[in-house]
Amino acid sequence: MAKELKLMKGNEAIAEAAIRSGCDGYFGYPITPQSEVMEHLMAEKPWEKTGMVVLQAESETASINMVYGGAGAGKKVMTSSSSPGVSLMQEGMTYLAGAELPCLLVNVVRGGPGLGTIQPSQADYFQTVKGGGHGDYRLFTLAPATVQEMYDFVFLGWEMAFKYRNPVMILSDGAIGQVMEKLYVTDYTPRWTNEEIAEKCPWSTYGKPSTRKHNIITSLELEAPKQEEHNHKLQAKYAKMEEDEVRYEMVNCEDAEYVFVAYGSSARIAEKAVQLGREKGIKVGLLRPITLFPFPKKIIAELSTKVKGLLAVEMSAGQMVEDVRLAAQFRCPIEHFGRFGGVIPTPHEVLEALEEKIIKA
Amino acid sequence: MTEEIIIAGFGGQGVLSMGKILAYSGLMQDKEVSWMPSYGPEMRGGTANVSVIISDERISSPMISVFDTAIILNQQSLDKFESSVKPGGVLLYDPNGIIKPPTRKDINIYKVAATEKASELGLAKVFNMIVLGAFLQVKPVVTEEYIEKGLMKSLPERHHGMIPENLKAVQTGKKIVETVQTL
Repeated sequence: MAKELKLMKGNEAIAEAAIRSGCDGYFGYPITPQSEVMEHLMAEKPWEKTGMVVLQAESETASINMVYGGAGAGKKVMTSSSSPGVSLMQEGMTYLAGAELPCLLVNVVRGGPGLGTIQPSQADYFQTVKGGGHGDYRLFTLAPATVQEMYDFVFLGWEMAFKYRNPVMILSDGAIGQVMEKLYVTDYTPRWTNEEIAEKCPWSTYGKPSTRKHNIITSLELEAPKQEEHNHKLQAKYAKMEEDEVRYEMVNCEDAEYVFVAYGSSARIAEKAVQLGREKGIKVGLLRPITLFPFPKKIIAELSTKVKGLLAVEMSAGQMVEDVRLAAQFRCPIEHFGRFGGVIPTPHEVLEALEEKIIKA
Repeated sequence: MTEEIIIAGFGGQGVLSMGKILAYSGLMQDKEVSWMPSYGPEMRGGTANVSVIISDERISSPMISVFDTAIILNQQSLDKFESSVKPGGVLLYDPNGIIKPPTRKDINIYKVAATEKASELGLAKVFNMIVLGAFLQVKPVVTEEYIEKGLMKSLPERHHGMIPENLKAVQTGKKIVETVQTL
């Protein structure tokens, strides 16, 4: 496939990928630090090129419900927002998960709680991977750490969303949204035709032929046993994701005595801290979870039997570290280092935290 | 080669676009590049800064706190970033409006009177390119050929007529940069 080199912001890469991946519709409401997603879409006018709809809704609540409608019709639809806006969408997300609707959600996280700040943060981890909305549901969650991944994960997101009939969340943050890096873009993938939708999404409300009964999209089931059965089906799907779809990257872990566990922009900072540590003779590596749900539990369990300590580095007061501890079962010291409220840690601070909290302790 | 740069000044001075042109030029020269703006509630007249990394290797963190080079365009930025230059690194500044010049003894210091020169030549719009020229004279991390290509790639086509003027400003910067101290 022909590839073209560009220099783009992470947010723009999401938008460019949407157009090039055959997205049918984007519905959103502006909020810093992700406004470039819709800005780029509006500038590119994909409705003239591919027929993709780009719509600024009246609110985040409207956006997510437009996604519900489009997804029910088997269309590739998406929305993006940042933390306070994503909170407003939680009801829609649990309905989408309950009705088993594939769609793409993007959260370019900023500091909270409340309106918080516009600077980068990773404090929406719990909200994303532990629910956020009500009920036993999971969002398939991808954590990009580069502009290229912001682009690539839109494609991977569609693949996962339709494979599992489940909402996919790209959990990014203000830093990856705002940074410009090299980006290789691919050729345009055409949008699905109605025939393709009928074939790929036989469950959807694409139009009822006389040969079958009507399809119903709903998350409502008043008979408890049937609702339990539906829940079992969802759980089986999540278990399959945990079995087959875990993704992570390891940097300098072969001989590592200590390992940072970090995702997204924290992983970039931790990677620099790995370089600084190695220069000082500290055998340190990095495990970067790429999927946050499903979480890379097995490799963390494995590492915990080999290393002298794990340090979870997050731009939060300590959220992912809980999953690291569960996976590692306290087989080695596990500590957390974070800056939050929009403050980005420096690589030196991260290395110092490793020395103070684990090596010297 | 890895060059970690901070460019800092007032909003409206072309700090972000100068970083962008530098990043695009590196990209055209087949380098790894990153451009990370401070995106606080900045406005015209407030402070603005951007970190640019140009490297032959994979860039780990685009968010950095110490720099090989600091390009400083106002007093606030000098106060904030002088201490963040790596020992042996470079500080390049425009003396316009600077009342407390840099004092570090363990770095190389250069100055470029870009504000003065730009107003003298009536080239206020390409002030930032004079500064870029001065930087490239001190640290030729990208060659001139690629600056032109970077400009072609980063400027919208309707502004391509301004490229010769921009390149002239780069030349001017190269000529007027002065050494304050070298190690």
